[in-house]
Amino acid sequence: MWRYVVPLAIFLVIGVFFYRGLSLNPNYVPSPLVGKPTPVFSLPSLTDPEAVVSSETLRGQVALVNVWGTWCVECRHEHGFLVELARAGMPIYGLNVKDDRAAAIEWLARLGNPYVSSGFDPEGRAAVDWGVTGAPETFLIGSGTILHKHISPLTPQVWRRDFLPLLREHCGSTDCPFLAAVGGP
Amino acid sequence: MKALTWLATLWLGLASSALAIDTEVAFDDPVLNERYRSLIREIRCPKCLNESIAESNAPVATDLRREVRRLIGEGASDDEVKTFLSSRYGEFVLYRPRVSQTTLALWAAPFVFLLIGGFVFWRILAVRQNQPMDEDFPP
Repeated sequence: MWRYVVPLAIFLVIGVFFYRGLSLNPNYVPSPLVGKPTPVFSLPSLTDPEAVVSSETLRGQVALVNVWGTWCVECRHEHGFLVELARAGMPIYGLNVKDDRAAAIEWLARLGNPYVSSGFDPEGRAAVDWGVTGAPETFLIGSGTILHKHISPLTPQVWRRDFLPLLREHCGSTDCPFLAAVGGP
Repeated sequence: MKALTWLATLWLGLASSALAIDTEVAFDDPVLNERYRSLIREIRCPKCLNESIAESNAPVATDLRREVRRLIGEGASDDEVKTFLSSRYGEFVLYRPRVSQTTLALWAAPFVFLLIGGFVFWRILAVRQNQPMDEDFPP
């Protein structure tokens, strides 16, 4: 009896793990920063080297922080949607990583600038403090905390599925005047 | 023979490209350099599947190597370097994750399996002991 039950049980347990593994994304690495205070950083602004984009700039805001670069193909894909969100009133801050200043400014001029301002981080130092592994990545921040991190392009589907519920949950009616506009239909 | 030469060339090509990543001497002090070398072999690149930041040429691996160099240069201990990285990228980046609630199963598993194996081994021995030995040979 045991001779049959034990191997079967082992098989079933292993089978469950393997089956689960089939639908897991091996590239998904949860960020330990979600739920933690926004990292302290200070960068020159992309468009105005005299100005500073820092953790102070973000203080107290409900906003998106979007990691981008002109070298990043997927950033080009999500750019249109970012512009749309910005038009609807969503504050978006850029973290321009490992980029060439002139190329980045040209990109914004050509495709539209969805960012309130972009920090210019050619060496990716602030990016390390944000736990950035590449681009595009988008953080939702509120009350000085990282509420959510999304890796890969921000699409309307992802926005509705992951960002909106958190935004609704986090926003008091006065906090986010843009909520209705970015809420879609 | 031709195929062999071809294979050798290919192998050499692959080997040299693997060596090409971050071969520069990071520190003049050989002790620091050795610490740096062994640390970056223990940090997993967060963007790549199972490559250490010593092996990977992903941009993020370059960044993390730079951060490790900077921290060691500033006099941080190995543990402080690991805390710095894991607080930003998660326990994922440590090839030897620290014992915590989430990693307890990982650390305990080998011992649990050893116990199970030992138990099975003991059971088999116990059963065999009750069987007559050397049936084929007459006394």
